[in-house]
Amino acid sequence: MAKPFLSIEQLTQRYPDGQGGEFTVFEDASFGIEKGEFVCILGHSGCGKSTIMNILAGLAEPTSGVVKMDGRHVSGPSLDRGVVFQNYSLLPWLTALKNVTFGVSARFPSWSKEKVIEHSTAFLAKVGLTGDTIHRKPSQLSGGMRQRVSITRAFANEPKLLLLDEPFGALDALTRGTIQDELIKVWSDTDQTVFMITHDIDEAILLADRILLMTNGPMAQVAESVEITIPRPRVRNDIVEHPNYYAIRNHLVHFLAQRSAELAGQPGDGANQPETIRIDLTDAQESEEPEPAKPVLRAVEG
Amino acid sequence: MKTLSENRKAALLSILILIVGCLIWEASIPAQKAVGELTEYELLTGGGQPKAGVPPPSQVFAKAWEQLSNPFYDAGPNDKGIGIQIGYSIYRVLTGYALAAAIAIPLGFLIGMSSVAYKALNPFIQVLRPISPLAWMPLALFVIQDSEMSAIFVIFICSIWPMLINTAFGVAGVREDWVNVARTHELSALKTAFTVILPAAAPTIVTGMRISIGIAWLVIVAAEMLVGGTGIGYYVWNEWNNLDLTSVIFSILMIGVVGMLLDSMFGLLQRTVAYTE
Ligand SMILES: Nc1ncnc2c1ncn2[C@@H]1O[C@H](COP(=O)(O)OP(=O)(O)O)[C@@H](O)[C@H]1O
Ligand SMILES: [Mg+2]
Repeated sequence: MAKPFLSIEQLTQRYPDGQGGEFTVFEDASFGIEKGEFVCILGHSGCGKSTIMNILAGLAEPTSGVVKMDGRHVSGPSLDRGVVFQNYSLLPWLTALKNVTFGVSARFPSWSKEKVIEHSTAFLAKVGLTGDTIHRKPSQLSGGMRQRVSITRAFANEPKLLLLDEPFGALDALTRGTIQDELIKVWSDTDQTVFMITHDIDEAILLADRILLMTNGPMAQVAESVEITIPRPRVRNDIVEHPNYYAIRNHLVHFLAQRSAELAGQPGDGANQPETIRIDLTDAQESEEPEPAKPVLRAVEG
Repeated sequence: MKTLSENRKAALLSILILIVGCLIWEASIPAQKAVGELTEYELLTGGGQPKAGVPPPSQVFAKAWEQLSNPFYDAGPNDKGIGIQIGYSIYRVLTGYALAAAIAIPLGFLIGMSSVAYKALNPFIQVLRPISPLAWMPLALFVIQDSEMSAIFVIFICSIWPMLINTAFGVAGVREDWVNVARTHELSALKTAFTVILPAAAPTIVTGMRISIGIAWLVIVAAEMLVGGTGIGYYVWNEWNNLDLTSVIFSILMIGVVGMLLDSMFGLLQRTVAYTE
């Protein structure tokens, strides 16, 4: 089997527990991500999602294990891996536009100033930021606008891998929905690979090709990889009517509500690859886990 | 007329306070009798000599007018215009201050970035900082053997601490997220320092610079009283020796005005580097 675009091999992270010993956040976590894939990772708070992301970004070193992108070791941060931090991390003394040009000029040092501005403005326009707004400082922008700028800064750099840490966590449901749509739009225009942390199940189903499920920490594992068998383009209001939607959703809810705790702290089964789950009620033979889809329609929060 | 803006009201009130204050001051100074009104006894006992009393504001204003209309005259070592004296003081302050900034800000960066450097240098800073700058004067005079340079050294030593401490504090407090932004954009250490850490820490650094210039201006007056020769501090002391209290009061006011101007320059700088998160 060919190595995936991004391969995470036996990643272990331990921290001192403050009492002389150490505790293991996760051990021997291994998984792969294909080029152009949109992968979400779900898990309870504190299970180590951000830790994994920081390692993928090269901002942190794992205790052991390796991350390879395009067959090359990831060591240290790189412009090939763009990061959208949970708290936006815009530089508050720069305008929205300058926050984006800051990244673009670092990525394309040979570009002229005009070209950098033109490129950045075009990307800001993709998420609906135009006119005077882009000349405002982050403190003069709403939370949604700030997150748009932050996403633009990462996308405008055209990184091979885009890492997002709970990018919509602090936004209201309406804004979140709009930016999710914008994110998908920007992503489908490119061949970028996205790895996104979220705690919102519906968001993950809407956005992801595949959802990785983590058990609770300490000793968390990436236990399952759930394929989202709902064709794109997905429209927020329509996907709930897809036969697979509630089957997948129930599986995820069940995992997070119950199994993430049951499986917690258990040593991996040796193989350490997450179990692939494919739920597809439109094609009964392939369904590994025939969970009955609830026919009741419920309002989807988020 | 019914709605004056708050600023206007305040300005009017300020002027009113000034006028009333000057009038009370003027009225509370007993008038000197003119020579013609003196009794023979008073003339004999020297009562007609002008008393070295506190002068009324009218005299101070007259003095100010006289001095400020020709601030740069130079009639020998003990008779120079107020502009020249203040110029000397500002020159000393800015020289000592610039030297201090040139050392404090890079060193503060180092201390702020490295906790080892911070721990290593902290004891020295803690011991040296509380020393009154004038306490260095004898040592400076002995070692440097030059009163001019000693005054500059005293300014240097008093203005270095707020800048050093604030720079270190500001740099150490730069949010890790912003540093991570620089890292994910593969910025070099130098570029990170100038495009991320410096602007992030600038408000704290400039606050330190503002405190320093204030202290430096306080200290220069005392230092010049000690080393003599030139400068506004020397001027005050010299006029006191001449018992010219009008000039003393005038120069005290000038010290205040120049101090305010220096401070407001840094206030302006502070506003330009300020940001809200
Ligand atoms: N630098 C660190 N030192 C010690 N413990 C840490 C450090 N960073 C994270 N942790 C611990 O690792 C665990 C996982 O953290 P994190 O990756 O932030 O979780 P998540 O993002 O899934 O909520 C938590 O228990 C957290 O307390
Ligand atoms: Mg987290």
